Amino acid sequence: MDGGGVRAGELRGAGGGNDIQWCFSQVKGAVDDDVAEADIISTVEFNHSGELLATGDKGGRVVIFQQEQENKIQSHSRGEYNVYSTFQSHEPEFDYLKSLEIEEKINKIRWLPQKNAAQFLLSTNDKTIKLWKISERDKRPEGYNLKEEDGRYRDPTTVTTLRVPVFRPMDLMVEASPRRIFANAHTYHINSISINSDYETYLSADDLRINLWHLEITDRSFNIVDIKPANMEELTEVITAAEFHPNSCNTFVYSSSKGTIRLCDMRASALCDRHSKLFEEPEDPSNRSFFSEIISSISDVKFSHSGRYMMTRDYLSVKIWDLNMENRPVETYQVHEYLRSKLCSLYENDCIFDKFECCWNGSDSVVMTGSYNNFFRMFDRNTKRDITLEASRENNKPRTVLKPRKVCASGKRKKDEISVDSLDFNKKILHTAWHPKENIIAVATTNNLYIFQDKVN
Amino acid sequence: MLSKGLKRKREEEEEEEEEEEKEALAVDTWWLDSDHPAVAQAPPAVASSSLFDLSVLKLHHSLRQSEPDLRHLVLVVNTLRRIQASMVPTAALPPVPSLPAAPGMADNLLASSDAALSASMASLLEDLSHIEGLSQAPQPLAEEGPQGRPIGGAPPSLGSLDLLDPATGCLLDDGLEGLFEDIDTSMYDSELWAPASEGLKPGPEDGSGKEDTPELKETELKDTELDYLMDVLVGTQALERPPGPGR
Repeated sequence: MDGGGVRAGELRGAGGGNDIQWCFSQVKGAVDDDVAEADIISTVEFNHSGELLATGDKGGRVVIFQQEQENKIQSHSRGEYNVYSTFQSHEPEFDYLKSLEIEEKINKIRWLPQKNAAQFLLSTNDKTIKLWKISERDKRPEGYNLKEEDGRYRDPTTVTTLRVPVFRPMDLMVEASPRRIFANAHTYHINSISINSDYETYLSADDLRINLWHLEITDRSFNIVDIKPANMEELTEVITAAEFHPNSCNTFVYSSSKGTIRLCDMRASALCDRHSKLFEEPEDPSNRSFFSEIISSISDVKFSHSGRYMMTRDYLSVKIWDLNMENRPVETYQVHEYLRSKLCSLYENDCIFDKFECCWNGSDSVVMTGSYNNFFRMFDRNTKRDITLEASRENNKPRTVLKPRKVCASGKRKKDEISVDSLDFNKKILHTAWHPKENIIAVATTNNLYIFQDKVN
Repeated sequence: MLSKGLKRKREEEEEEEEEEEKEALAVDTWWLDSDHPAVAQAPPAVASSSLFDLSVLKLHHSLRQSEPDLRHLVLVVNTLRRIQASMVPTAALPPVPSLPAAPGMADNLLASSDAALSASMASLLEDLSHIEGLSQAPQPLAEEGPQGRPIGGAPPSLGSLDLLDPATGCLLDDGLEGLFEDIDTSMYDSELWAPASEGLKPGPEDGSGKEDTPELKETELKDTELDYLMDVLVGTQALERPPGPGR
């Protein structure tokens, strides 16, 4: 079924093996190796149509890329993503009460579905969530009576006739304006935001609490989960991620540092401290170590588009859970099992605490997550094949097919394989995103954003 | 199982002393050099005491952050407890009240055997709750003392929870003052910030602060300064905003 043209919405076969070939498309960001701290990408997110791609960075900025309209003549590639809007979402703040600096780093961006000409997104740092409106302006009024075209005011006594100002076309301008600021509701660091399927409310989660907001109301929020113990000495677990179910507006899940996922139903009670379901896989006794808990800590949880499954990412693996089965995942994929024997060193250099994200493709048939050495991995749920690819500026010309990579865990290293000891643990891919409809992926290295797409003949 | 960890440790106990210095250097190097190269070697044969020390260092480092990463802190504390549980032999347990049998046994042993460690960690976390986000590290930590020390070659003069300067690995001579030095308390001098009488929990700082450790007795904490800082803590806690009306 290898068509000649590109039809939007037609999803080809799967991620691994011969069915799909991933090609380099674009890379955004500075070329030099000296990475400015502020440029470190901290979140990546496609909007609901896939036309827009947003990134947030450590400097508090949001950059939105827009896909060009498909060029019907140039059928060998899909539209490129170009900068659409850049704005400073969050500034560094100082909490005078606690003598603390609040980082401006953008932890998460989530898009609202489009309702009119403007686009809306939520962006959050550790403490404050903001609703941004991104709108286009391509006309401006001209012909004022009291103002010159350059803006200077005219002396009213010189006005002898009146005219009606008219709108004339102008160069496209994209404006971002903050429409709501949701502040002062989180004592701890916000790790997640998730918009409800009712498109009226959303949740924000920090280490110990989850709050429910209405998008229109900024001066209050409802606390729906609170795991802070009465005595902090009893604290042994924190919330690591939370997400609303894509279809059931009363259902959400949150994951913990102990590797558990709790599904909650907001209809059951106002404070959802009692879960409806608890998802946890018993520990494999043969793999037990001092680091068992750390590596079981879940760094990301994502529902499938269908809402039937959810995916979790812990340090070494990706797990797919059926919402109807709590005692174990239905699928487990090893991301970099060769690191299991290196856990002590990874604990020493704190890499073991890295928080990798994961994502589904549009049809829920393939999942993707990042690793070290700028590698990222895809797992095809149907064929059970997996592939490792690298985001690198070397050997990457447009429409170059990416070569699969392989890590050699031990023993003789074959040609083109990389040994574990040669991996660069400073080059980590924590954030990835998959276009909701097409085989286009966005992969963030430390300060660069790579866009790959499948090969189109 | 924990026994697996114990077995490994006993085998390598002999290498432990030689490796100890290397381990310490590696740890120090890691602290000094933020561009520490990627994990390139197979993990050294890590004896539990080195891992314990490393974990304690991480705990200190985490607490020294102006706003500790709670997830990191909790994971390190839990790992530390696990390590300590594996290090303390059953015989050395201090007398405890009768324990319930079997399933929760390990947890109870842990709870009783490292009571002193628990108490200090408890006070750490309790302090965190009172000064949610405040930039101080908590009051002097109770000295773990020899009963909590592992078998093996850890330097005996180093109490497990003594305050170390992470960069040099040296004991902080000025103890708590070093931890507090970044705080500008001049804004708290005004009378507006006098502690309110409501809603104050008795600070465990009061309790643990009195347990002077032999090492820390050398430090020159002035009582007046400590009282002043206590007032600041209590005063700002009263001004803490609650999280939301849904509570």
